[in-house]
Amino acid sequence: MRNLRLGKYVLPLFSVIAIVYLMIPIAYTFVFSFNDSQKTNLIWRGFTLDNWINVCQQQGVCEAFGNSVLIGVISTVLATTLGTMIAIALVRYRFKARSFVSLLIFLPMATPEVVLGAGLASQFFSIGAAKGIATIIIAHVMFCMSFVVVTVKARVASLDPALEEAGRDLYGSPAQVFWKITFPLLMPGILSAALLSFALSFDDFIITNFNSGPAMTFPKYVYTAAARGIPAEANVIGSGVFLLAIAIVVTVQIRGSLKARRLAKQK
Amino acid sequence: MAFAAFGHGGGGGSAPSAAPTKKSKVALFLLLPGLTYLGLFFMTPLVSLIITSLQVPDGSGMMGSYTYGFAIENYAKVVVDFWPQISHSFVYAFIATLAALLISYPLAYFIGVKARRFPLIQGLMLTLVIAPFFISFLLRTFAWKQIFSNESAAVHFLQDVGILGMNDYLVGTPFMVIFGLTYNFIPFMTLPLYSILERLDIRLLEAGADLYATPATTFRKVTLPLTAPGIISGTLLTFIPIAGDYVNASGDFLGGTKTAMIGNVVESRFLVLNDYPTASALSVLLMGVILLLVGFYAKRSGTADLL
Repeated sequence: MRNLRLGKYVLPLFSVIAIVYLMIPIAYTFVFSFNDSQKTNLIWRGFTLDNWINVCQQQGVCEAFGNSVLIGVISTVLATTLGTMIAIALVRYRFKARSFVSLLIFLPMATPEVVLGAGLASQFFSIGAAKGIATIIIAHVMFCMSFVVVTVKARVASLDPALEEAGRDLYGSPAQVFWKITFPLLMPGILSAALLSFALSFDDFIITNFNSGPAMTFPKYVYTAAARGIPAEANVIGSGVFLLAIAIVVTVQIRGSLKARRLAKQK
Repeated sequence: MAFAAFGHGGGGGSAPSAAPTKKSKVALFLLLPGLTYLGLFFMTPLVSLIITSLQVPDGSGMMGSYTYGFAIENYAKVVVDFWPQISHSFVYAFIATLAALLISYPLAYFIGVKARRFPLIQGLMLTLVIAPFFISFLLRTFAWKQIFSNESAAVHFLQDVGILGMNDYLVGTPFMVIFGLTYNFIPFMTLPLYSILERLDIRLLEAGADLYATPATTFRKVTLPLTAPGIISGTLLTFIPIAGDYVNASGDFLGGTKTAMIGNVVESRFLVLNDYPTASALSVLLMGVILLLVGFYAKRSGTADLL
């Protein structure tokens, strides 16, 4: 009977503690975004909405955030396009170099970021390329692409080839079959790959730090500011992005469960 | 999710066998742009890193001026000079990965197996596990620094109850760095474990019990082997980034002068001191060890799972 208690009380309790542990720094960041901090945001001085209302008054923080969004969007579009093409080829076509291609996709994910960052930086250095937003985008597309391939690949593999065959039987041209059947069916996979890619790009610090030169991104801003103490406005941006992301996840989940319920009713 | 990256769950291995040769042109068209990109910005940089790691000072005495050479002794030199940092990287990564596994496995088991009957709780807990991904990991790491800063209530409490000496602090210690690394990478461990535990057939556990196995034996002989792929992908997904991390160990975050890891040396040599050969040799060394490790894992678990 001892083991019954283990499953009934100890495991749930442990899980709740683990979740609380995961939440502590998030809650801290959120709470201190409302701190009436004067110079440093280290001790609690009282509640204020000022940081949220005048977030851009802190020098550089909004500019860094804007750069991160710009880099995230461009990298995501490029990485998702290139990655989706590879994913389709990997599942749908047989070719000799298949295992080599799989290895090439896998390796960037198995390489520590500091190696990817230093490698690209040494290449940019040796060809004399000036570092900036463009080199950051080049780096982000590189490391996001593999994650896109893996995410979309799962979706392509679960696609029923009979649907495309039906399209061809109805005299659809290859382009029509792709855009009217394959692409819409792949869309959920492509979307989650794009979201993942944006999240990876937006939060990347290590690779960015090696390839940014003078360009500032939000994570780099936080890293640089850490030496003096991170201003409350950075907490505001972090918390704002967090709330937005959670809102997106919850909406997607609710819509998914509503759709499932609707489908169940139809049956 | 990307956590299928290291095996299982992806299931992309089963290509339809009917693929006429005519289509190979289409495949080439689909593959070429992405592969060219990876060739230019992933493979070539690695080669460039190896070339740089063998360079020698060009004799001008200027900072950051090196010329092509074949100084294989650069590697011996970095191992001798930076042995403490190299050992920190792998020891911290080992302990933090183990700690993350010990925290994540019960958590993932609860969410994936016990909470199955309550989809709402399951969904909520899963969202909370991935929630840390949505807020900058630098902000989270800095939050821990503040929570355990020298003047914090937490540290005063630990000093009062005698766990810490009156002049002992947490920030700057290896403990704090490992604590931060564990924290930062728990979701990378929990998600692959969850994705495999979620599909665990409970009837197999019941069968174990029916055959008079104790819960511990059932766990060891049934649950553990069945969830091994999740453990393998989880440990790779945590160990690799931890070994290369330098934010947690940095003096501005949780570390101090005595906690530097390989990443810290690579960063300062490359970006501050312009000592490119040293930074490159350390990077190549780190990459080599990681590849050996992944290769070993791949051999143990079957390459098909990894690719």
